[in-house]
Amino acid sequence: MYGFSQCAHKPLKKFVPGIEIMQITGCQALMKCLKEQNVDCIFGYPGGAIIDIYDELLRTPEITHVLVRHEQAAVHAADAYARVKGDVGVALATSGPGATNTVTGIASAYLDSIPIVVFTGQVPTSLIGNDAFQEVDIVGITRPCTKHNYLVKDVKDLVPTIREAFHIARTGRPGPVLIDLPKDVMASKLTFPEPEPVQMRTYRPTCEPHPGQIDKACKEIMKASRPVLYVGGGIIASKASGELTELARKLNIPVTMTLMGLGGFPGSDSLSMGMLGMHGTYSANMAVAHCDMLIAVGSRFDDRVTGKIAAFAPHAKIIHIDIDPSSISKNVKVHVPIVADCKKALADMNRWFDSSPDVNLKAVHAKHDPWLAQIKEWKTAHPLSYVEETDIIKPQFVVQKLHELTGGDAIICTEVGQNQMWAAQFYQFDKPNQWMTSGGLGVMGYGFPASIGAQMAAPDKVVIDIAGDGSIQMNIQELATARQYKCPVKIAILNNHYLGMVRQWQELFYDKQYSGTILDVAPDFVLLAQAYGAVGLRATKPSEVEPVIKEALATKNTVIMDFLISREEGVYPMVPAGKATTEMLLV
Amino acid sequence: MRHTLSVLLQNKPGVLSRVTGLFSGRGFNIESLTVAPTIEKEVSCLTLVTSGDESIIEQITKQLHKLIDVIKVTDMSEHEYVDREMALIRVKAEASTRAEVLRVIDIFRGKVVDVSPKSYVVEVTGSQTKIKAIIDILRPIGIQEIVRTGAVAMTRAVK
Ligand SMILES: Cc1ncc(C[n+]2csc(CCOP(=O)(O)OP(=O)(O)O)c2C)c(N)n1
Ligand SMILES: [Mg+2]
Repeated sequence: MYGFSQCAHKPLKKFVPGIEIMQITGCQALMKCLKEQNVDCIFGYPGGAIIDIYDELLRTPEITHVLVRHEQAAVHAADAYARVKGDVGVALATSGPGATNTVTGIASAYLDSIPIVVFTGQVPTSLIGNDAFQEVDIVGITRPCTKHNYLVKDVKDLVPTIREAFHIARTGRPGPVLIDLPKDVMASKLTFPEPEPVQMRTYRPTCEPHPGQIDKACKEIMKASRPVLYVGGGIIASKASGELTELARKLNIPVTMTLMGLGGFPGSDSLSMGMLGMHGTYSANMAVAHCDMLIAVGSRFDDRVTGKIAAFAPHAKIIHIDIDPSSISKNVKVHVPIVADCKKALADMNRWFDSSPDVNLKAVHAKHDPWLAQIKEWKTAHPLSYVEETDIIKPQFVVQKLHELTGGDAIICTEVGQNQMWAAQFYQFDKPNQWMTSGGLGVMGYGFPASIGAQMAAPDKVVIDIAGDGSIQMNIQELATARQYKCPVKIAILNNHYLGMVRQWQELFYDKQYSGTILDVAPDFVLLAQAYGAVGLRATKPSEVEPVIKEALATKNTVIMDFLISREEGVYPMVPAGKATTEMLLV
Repeated sequence: MRHTLSVLLQNKPGVLSRVTGLFSGRGFNIESLTVAPTIEKEVSCLTLVTSGDESIIEQITKQLHKLIDVIKVTDMSEHEYVDREMALIRVKAEASTRAEVLRVIDIFRGKVVDVSPKSYVVEVTGSQTKIKAIIDILRPIGIQEIVRTGAVAMTRAVK
């Protein structure tokens, strides 16, 4: 049953002339694999099933282990770590409850296509299926929310499985992979196989765009007079901001981003229309509704973006570039599909426009000018705005001040709800990988652990969690983690004493019946911060906002800023769910 | 419209639940499903009958392809193919009806595989329409039990 007892019959060391081949334990092999994958920081929480792995971690100084205070936080932290680093993040949890606690984090990473590898402990193979103590079928549970997952039953499969898992997580459309590690397998011995490139018979994502499709797409773009680039998280994942910006400027095409795509194109560029969709800008939604050519890049026509599908880009020919073929023509029929890595496809398109003899870029610019003039009109008619007040803090004002006082250069994480939408609307993102939000799953409690992961990946950056008073309480225990690892993250609570986003829907569509959304009983967040040895600051009127932010930014410690905001402020524009995106409720 | 999909998969633990989970999770329907090893030891062939319009079948095919353990997906409806199902039917066969039952079985090239004083177990293979036809004819005589397989399918050789 145990690998090492089998090995007793075999020589422990094999002698090859000049080289000594050592047998090592599964735990040691795991550490070697992590180093091989350039992992220098992991987020985890121990337990009986992974106690041996924790023991081995002590002997692995190259890897920093961040002890979170809840396994969900480990996964969110690994998710943000991956986003900031642009590589795979790693989380570790024990069997049973440790494993089930990771599920929300995994599902969030799955919907946002974030590359992470989650290791869970499992009861010894001899006990699997026996309802053993802390046994749970985590592979079964996470099957629909991982890109792939594994149960390693034999130690000889361990290393190839780990290598395959990292390969799957980071290539193609990225995503989470889970590996379940039975305790006896990790204690068994193996000969560590030489690193070799992963070759899989059944998994070879298409990255190279089809030249014929590129040609077709570029010719269609040449015919358009009202084009729009609609870009999503795929731009960030494929590191294609440069290529996108080049294309947009070369052809004078306005750009709108999804929640996940923010930062993929500079928000301050005059071609940017900001975010589209349910809480998108007036100009972006109008532009999509009136365009004759929609170039979707790394975006997936999510219902929060399209609203009523029949009224989405009704006059447009649609080009869709995505690495995941199943995203194409899933919700909206596409005229020119291009299955490819966004970066490669955009680079090919740029080359096409540069080298094609029939393209006169000056003429193309001129052709799009009236369209851009129209967009400018929409922008000035209904810019993102709010009613300013002198005696009560407006949440949008706080976000604007955060932008101003951080020079637009902070890494912004968010919780979910109104706070997330105000952050998306009013912190203008000019660069990729400075915006971390749980877009697809919308997990309250994502932002704070994410900010710890982001800070671990970028120790010199200012990291801010823009939070709601409800969400922050979903992973507030991570204050201890932030303190322990000296993460000077700044939490900005936009405190409305409500589950504000739900309250807003109740205000608009349920006759102001605030069922279950009033958070009158709440901790004193300033005292709470202090209880953890962090710093707590509060602003109750607009004049206090700037001093509080300045003080927080000057503090080396973890800080909670509690901004008491106008309680019933709404997020606008708003497209009610299922309505056409032109049917916006405005400020 | 009905589509028969032939899916080659790596023969690994849990792979069938990846496929069925995909169908239930995304609300695709499964009319029948059979799975068995192929001549290659590590590869299984799963034949799945489903229905839906063109865009649903396109999604099903793409989503199946996305599963890491799936090697190949063929929509048989795009090819010339043969398909077969098998049914075991326990039919009442008393003295007065035996001759008629046997005649029906003969017409459908079925076989009696078990005999008791009051019933036969009949084995028939054929297309879904043929199985349906024999069931319709035997029903008035008295069917006591039916067990059916899903379809298996193979493309015809290109002539
Ligand atoms: C884990 C989880 N539970 C429930 C929800 C549903 N939900 C979405 S927004 C929201 C309110 C969030 O309140 P708060 O954090 O105070 O943010 P606000 O909207 O007030 O800014 C709720 C309950 C969710 N997104 N995530
Ligand atoms: Mg709130």
